[in-house]
Amino acid sequence: MLDVRLSDRAFDPAREIAGFVSRVPDAGGVVTFLGQVRADHGVLALEIRHYAPMTLPGFQALGDTAVARWQLDGMLIVHRVGEMAPGDPIVLVAGASRHRRDAFAATDFVMDHLKGESWLWKRERTAEGWRWIEPRGQDHADRARWG
Amino acid sequence: MSGFARLVFLGRLEDLAGTAGLAVAPGPLDQVLAGLDRELAVALLDDRIRLALNGDLLTESGGITLVDGDELAFLPPVSGG
Repeated sequence: MLDVRLSDRAFDPAREIAGFVSRVPDAGGVVTFLGQVRADHGVLALEIRHYAPMTLPGFQALGDTAVARWQLDGMLIVHRVGEMAPGDPIVLVAGASRHRRDAFAATDFVMDHLKGESWLWKRERTAEGWRWIEPRGQDHADRARWG
Repeated sequence: MSGFARLVFLGRLEDLAGTAGLAVAPGPLDQVLAGLDRELAVALLDDRIRLALNGDLLTESGGITLVDGDELAFLPPVSGG
């Protein structure tokens, strides 16, 4: 079971996790990762923009890769687009498997690839106005871990 | 020639263009870009900008000719997390 979604409004991580867990009754372990807007000094808002013909298909392909690579009962990817405030959920990734290692690895893998390869553009607003966020070298190093 | 093609600007290119998308007359890309604001055209030709035609990433940007109904997206480097 693979459930991949983009959401243009706030989502409730606890509710998403509960819904996911109810769909993987045979799993022995569920790993979840929740990313939220960092409360960096001076940041008032974060906006994520996407390109519909490419962004969700890219997430779907990443989910397919994870499902093919590990023994999973289920995989969930929910990603926000639009404007958010510090502390708001941005991304929720969950993996469910018979044994915990597959769920840990698949979730970590999906996050490393979401961070650097997604068709998403971010900008943040401070008192000085909006500023586009440039690519980060660390993201490439994170992806290189997976060979 | 009838109809139009659409240019889509992502990320900071949208701010530069002042719009998320623009309808243009179909034709060779060079010709389409020549009809745009010069500063925008220069930014679109930056070699870090990738192009997607109708949702498919292009590996080679030379020799593109837009036909009626095409959507050409200009994709700046994506942001990290």
